Amino acid sequence: MTDSKYFTTTKKGEIFELKSELNNDKKEKKKEAVKKVIASMTVGKDVSALFPDVVNCMQTDNLELKKLVYLYLMNYAKSQPDMAIMAVNTFVKDCEDPNPLIRALAVRTMGCIRVDKITEYLCEPLRKCLKDEDPYVRKTAAVCVAKLYDINSSMVEDQGFLDQLKDLLSDSNPMVVANAVAALSEINESSSSGSPLVEMTPQTVNKLLTALNECTEWGQVFILDSLANYSPRDEREAQSTCERITPRLAHANAAVVLSAVKVLMKFMEMLPSDSEFVTSLTKKLAPPLVTLLSSEPEVQYVALRNINLIVQKRPDILKHEMKVFFVKYNDPIYVKLEKLDIMIRLASQANVAQVLSELKEYATEVDVDFVRKAVRAIGRCAIKVEQSAERCVSTLLDLIQTKVNYVVQEAIVVIKDIFRKYPNKYESIISTLCENLDTLDEPEARASMIWIIGEYAERIDNADELLESFLEGFADENSQVQLQLLTAIVKLFLKRPSDTQELVQQVLSLATQDSDNPDLRDRGFIYWRLLSTDPAAAKEVVLAEKPLISEETDLLEPTLLDELICHISSLASVYHKPPSAFVEGRSGIRKSLPASARAGSEGVESTESQAAPAVIPAQDSLIGDLLSMDIGGPTVAPVAAAPAAPFGSAAMDLLGGGLDTLLGETSSSPAPPSALPASSAALLGDIFGAPAASATYVAPKTTWLPAEKGKGLDISGSFVRRNGQLFMDLTFSNKAMQPMLGFAIQFNKNSFGITPASPLQVQSPLPPGVAADASLPLATTGPVQKMEPLTTLQVAVKNNVDVMYFACQIPMHALFVEDGQMDKRVFLATWKEIPAQNEVQYTITNVMHSADSNFTDTVVSRMQQNNVFTIAKRNVEGQDMLYQSLKLTNGIWVLNELKIQPGNPNITLSLKSRTPNVAEGVFQAYDNILHG
Amino acid sequence: MIGGLFVYNHKGEVLISRVYRDDIGRNAVDAFRVNVIHARQQVRSPVTNIARTSFFHIKRANIWMAAVTKQNVNAAMVFEFMLKVIDVMQSYFGKISEENIKNNFVLIYELLDEILDFGYPQNTDTGVLKTFITQQGIKSQTKEEQAQITSQVTGQIGWRREGIKYRRNELFLDVLEYVNLLMSPQGQVLSAHVAGKVVMKSYLSGMPECKFGINDKIVMEAKGKGMTTEDPARSGKPVVVIDDCQFHQCVKLSKFETEHSISFIPPDGEFELMRYRTTKDISLPFRVIPLVREVGRTKMEVKVVLKSNFKQSLLGQKIEVKIPTPLNTSGVQLICLKGKAKYKASENAIVWKIKRMAGLKETQLSAEIELLETDTKKKWTRPPISMNFEVPFAPSGFKVRYLKVFESKLNYSDHDVIKWVRYIGRSGLYETRC
Repeated sequence: MTDSKYFTTTKKGEIFELKSELNNDKKEKKKEAVKKVIASMTVGKDVSALFPDVVNCMQTDNLELKKLVYLYLMNYAKSQPDMAIMAVNTFVKDCEDPNPLIRALAVRTMGCIRVDKITEYLCEPLRKCLKDEDPYVRKTAAVCVAKLYDINSSMVEDQGFLDQLKDLLSDSNPMVVANAVAALSEINESSSSGSPLVEMTPQTVNKLLTALNECTEWGQVFILDSLANYSPRDEREAQSTCERITPRLAHANAAVVLSAVKVLMKFMEMLPSDSEFVTSLTKKLAPPLVTLLSSEPEVQYVALRNINLIVQKRPDILKHEMKVFFVKYNDPIYVKLEKLDIMIRLASQANVAQVLSELKEYATEVDVDFVRKAVRAIGRCAIKVEQSAERCVSTLLDLIQTKVNYVVQEAIVVIKDIFRKYPNKYESIISTLCENLDTLDEPEARASMIWIIGEYAERIDNADELLESFLEGFADENSQVQLQLLTAIVKLFLKRPSDTQELVQQVLSLATQDSDNPDLRDRGFIYWRLLSTDPAAAKEVVLAEKPLISEETDLLEPTLLDELICHISSLASVYHKPPSAFVEGRSGIRKSLPASARAGSEGVESTESQAAPAVIPAQDSLIGDLLSMDIGGPTVAPVAAAPAAPFGSAAMDLLGGGLDTLLGETSSSPAPPSALPASSAALLGDIFGAPAASATYVAPKTTWLPAEKGKGLDISGSFVRRNGQLFMDLTFSNKAMQPMLGFAIQFNKNSFGITPASPLQVQSPLPPGVAADASLPLATTGPVQKMEPLTTLQVAVKNNVDVMYFACQIPMHALFVEDGQMDKRVFLATWKEIPAQNEVQYTITNVMHSADSNFTDTVVSRMQQNNVFTIAKRNVEGQDMLYQSLKLTNGIWVLNELKIQPGNPNITLSLKSRTPNVAEGVFQAYDNILHG
Repeated sequence: MIGGLFVYNHKGEVLISRVYRDDIGRNAVDAFRVNVIHARQQVRSPVTNIARTSFFHIKRANIWMAAVTKQNVNAAMVFEFMLKVIDVMQSYFGKISEENIKNNFVLIYELLDEILDFGYPQNTDTGVLKTFITQQGIKSQTKEEQAQITSQVTGQIGWRREGIKYRRNELFLDVLEYVNLLMSPQGQVLSAHVAGKVVMKSYLSGMPECKFGINDKIVMEAKGKGMTTEDPARSGKPVVVIDDCQFHQCVKLSKFETEHSISFIPPDGEFELMRYRTTKDISLPFRVIPLVREVGRTKMEVKVVLKSNFKQSLLGQKIEVKIPTPLNTSGVQLICLKGKAKYKASENAIVWKIKRMAGLKETQLSAEIELLETDTKKKWTRPPISMNFEVPFAPSGFKVRYLKVFESKLNYSDHDVIKWVRYIGRSGLYETRC
């Protein structure tokens, strides 16, 4: 056979020629011609003009020719819908053919033709095929239901195909079961309502587990993937399912193994972590994961990306397997980079010597990216395993001696981190670093070097000369370098004021007068003011002690990690991104790990999974943090450290409130909450209403930072609105052995620009075993960055022990402002203006006292106390309609319509806003207020 | 699921293009060509995301194969499936090449239609596929034949058809092991493992049930406990500690999990019964001892000692040691005591070949390498010395204890089956740093 000749027809008039060949009487000629058509189609030529002629060839008993014609049809039917009808008859006839292969072929192909008129004719044959006596036809029909759902979902739901598909789950043939489960999973995933159309029951799970032992490798993957979406009812069921899945770990197909791992990892969450079963399962997981590393490189890559997740979730599984991740000389680069990542994660005191000698080898390889990563890894080892720090530093120094440009730069970046982690230990190497000053051309390396010089200015004799040399090209530097240079020179000045005055003036004028970068200018102005008004205060601020950097970097945020664990083996696990980040349209249901069955048991694992997610900054944000920490952001310094000298009012003009918070002490010292001007509405509520505490809904304090995460500090808190001012009420409990002091708080950028309005005032020192309350007034003038979910607030709390990070949720109702009452007409106009797709509906269920006759009034007053204002009230056919408005701190208006039926405990709420993504939070607020 | 599957030649011309899902358009074919095949910088990952479309690719020889999707598919499955497609094509028409693909494009389309439905992989077993997808056009099938095909494609034993008959019932077992080693210049084993597989060729009639026994530590210990009194000598027999093993889909995994016994109904002909991996007590067949001395800037002296470390009566074969040389090598003088050695400029290496070498022998090679003077500051980093060989034993100590065949319906017993077992140890990545 030499079919390749079909690829070479490039003559003019080719279509015409093909047409006549297709209409040739001889069968062989016809087939030849169809082959030519398919070849042209493959290379991208448009052969749609031949549609009627090709379809004419469809009526044949030659199976090969039939398949070719079907292939053509699938490609072009959509562009020629009218002519595609010509094929319907043949399809319907083929679906009745005595040969099961032909019946299946017909139904398979019909499902691929996306022409409405053909789809209409598909229903009857499909229904028959789903009940066909031949399993081959049934398994094909099962997939066809998924195809039909993709074309016309309502048809599948209306015509009862879902039930037929569900019946196939009990089919005697394992492959039919597998295809049915695959089709059902897809339908569930893409269902428009967002909730699965077909729920899995323990009975179906049992059937699937039985089929699992008998079907093809691919069928096993489908079944395992759908089992991963099932949540066992209890511990016992989780364990028995795990037991039945474990044998799959010995399958030769990597996809089967990884899908089995996914189910096991998910169900393991439900079991007590100290149980014997989990321990033995953990042991069983390691060997198959290691074996995946001897598969083809592409599969290895997928496996490694997943192992990276597994190691973060359960470090125990592979802790003894470091050696298998050693890089081989011939590994493709993508495998090498991934292995390196995992090596760093697994590095520990026990194996660090081996790891280090490997990394040293890698640092001499050819590939630039790989070498850089290896150098960085050495630095990470030093930070992670203190005992190895010294060896790491000397290895880095050796590497610097090679003078290979990118190695040197990378080494300097990591050495900066080592200096921060172990201050006053390795400064003797600074002189070696300084020798390489000229070769640094990357911003990050330059900035790191400058930071080192500034930080240790007192030990470097010619620090002023070095910094001056950088200053020459100040305007051309990257802003990262500029900011760092500014800070470094100020540090130098504070340490050696006598001979560096000129330098500091130079840099301040460059920053404030010649730069267009507002960050740089602001930083310059602040330093300038600080230095000119109170050098002592400047010292406190600029040379303040730095928070420690964390040992682990590049860790995924815990909730994302948990979500990705549910997606093991899928693309999401390869990208390390949630599916919503790369899959279009359908948002689907976000997956999360099941909660541990014995929450609160002693197991460390289970408490950890329960704890509030601690946000550990990734590498890049760490660097950002490092570079700006001495001044950037609204750092709130501890009150105790604040200088006594008040500022002149002139300084205040220029710098506004920023400086106040910066220094902790303001000329108008923080007013007690009661003295703040309150809006009239709230005042009224105060005078007439019940005690304020019961009037506005206040969420009970929740634990934000458990003591085991906070190095002995336990923080719980809630958000409250008092007299028109937003407060964060916190309780600090010291569960450690020694007193804590020097508390300070800082927020990450958040959706509502929330930022502390005054420094944190906590009893300090806080003796062991004592809990202290603090109320932190908040402002909404801070930097804004959209968070997911919207109400997330990431907080850093510092004390003399460490810096702790945690995230909490701001209840939306705390953000409702007092002047949220909209004029009636404005309300009406706005409601009409906002497009209908911005309307979101919600049902508040089981509202108490709904039986009360004046229930509606209760709702009105209760909402009013929480700054939700009723604009109008109507009674339509016995039900009360309330129209309410509210405004958020950031000026977003939200319009609501409430439908209250007497006697019905459920209230229907329709919301309209120009930014509908606040809806979620508003609903939550309604729920809380009306239930609370 | 998989939205489309494309095959390109090295120039990026499309050889096969099959779209399975509506969300994948023809432009995806071009997107992959432009962004991956013709990318200015070589793509550094087998998965690429271009405009919210994900491309999985595999390159074999000069042929690119890409699977495309817009969904969150099972990535491991996509790659396993693509590898399987390559397997299937190879078993149909041999080597994967542009020529072969063009010559068989009709067949390939037929296969792709059968093994992937709406992006869901279906039965990909070549044995079964060959019964109804043939290169000889259609065969007229009787109704019984058709039913047999469909029950086999979807069946529980999808890998074997009924009614196979042989006059002579015979089976061959090949234990094939690949030894992987990374050794430091000082002779310290940095990592070593054996990747082994058992390949079976079966020519058996009917639907035979087979039981396979090996000297696996867990099984042997369990056995040892039961009959310590009867056979105390057994404990002295060597056992192999298997870290992990994987089986062909014909092996009943649940039975292995509970009883640790390997039982199966084999496919007809050749197949890979199991794969395993061991790391303990590996007998390394060869040891390479390198000695590199840099004499000034223009000369290097290399001495390599090769020791064979197995029974004297056995013979190692196809031995090849590859010693890398710097890029600026201008000439090499070689002396070797055994075999032939040659400097290959194209590979930047000295290749030393020895046809045969008995156990417990030692030989060596010395080389003087002349270097051109270069001004590059960068030091040459020495790649490791690698070697290839083949030895007639299993370096892991793996032993086949028995393979019993039961066929209740036909009248032949285990004793009538002629069985052959062979052990081969080969080099995997066998490297010594220098």
